[in-house]
Amino acid sequence: MSTPAAECLIELRFPARPDRMVLVRETVRTAARYCGFDELTTRDIVLAVGEACQNAILHAYDNRNVGQIVLGILRSADSLVLRVTDYGETVDPSKIKPRNLQDLRPGGLGTHFIQELMDSADFGPSPDGMGNVLQMTKKTK
Amino acid sequence: MKEAVREEQGRLVIELGGEIDLDRAPEVRKLLLDCVGRGRDLLVDLSRVTYIDSSGIASLVEALQRADRAGLGLGLVSVSAEALRVFELARLDKVFAIHSDLGSALAAAG
Repeated sequence: MSTPAAECLIELRFPARPDRMVLVRETVRTAARYCGFDELTTRDIVLAVGEACQNAILHAYDNRNVGQIVLGILRSADSLVLRVTDYGETVDPSKIKPRNLQDLRPGGLGTHFIQELMDSADFGPSPDGMGNVLQMTKKTK
Repeated sequence: MKEAVREEQGRLVIELGGEIDLDRAPEVRKLLLDCVGRGRDLLVDLSRVTYIDSSGIASLVEALQRADRAGLGLGLVSVSAEALRVFELARLDKVFAIHSDLGSALAAAG
């Protein structure tokens, strides 16, 4: 996964638990506003990051309230870069493909939201050999 | 209070509010399914929802499917801009009956 030259704005390390997501979203909201995004785009970015962390909690950690997630929020010349790293089970990317929206059933929408809302989203195994990395970008210009 | 249920003209009106995420979705799901089990048509008021993600949407889809199977109606009322954006992204704004306010929802339900 290529990483654009980017400065780190903030990095969060937090327990992979649903009850921590409200704190994470607030940080992402503040960072998006800090980078000059309007309110509608800020909401979209917050939703995408929420979905990315939710995927890590559910798929990498099987929603067992164990493990850590690291969220890196970076800024490149033209984009906000959001990098979600987990240290759980390596997830087969085909298992988190967006589903057919015609297939009305609960669940499976998170990856679709991420792809719709962000300018890029690259998912793969962590270079450390354990866990997964999802890197998303949203253009600031 | 984030959730409230009341009766209006024989229908159950369920008010949801705040942020409906992976943390809160299980309690929302239980509330909705319990309400479906009461055997009345349902109207879910989303005017005070400030955030909803795929887990919250999944709870509503499951409730809609259960209501359908039980021959009950389930409509959405006064959907906040934040929630409507997510329904549109999921292409669910045409799957759910969405009413601008409670009065029109009650009139439409006949």
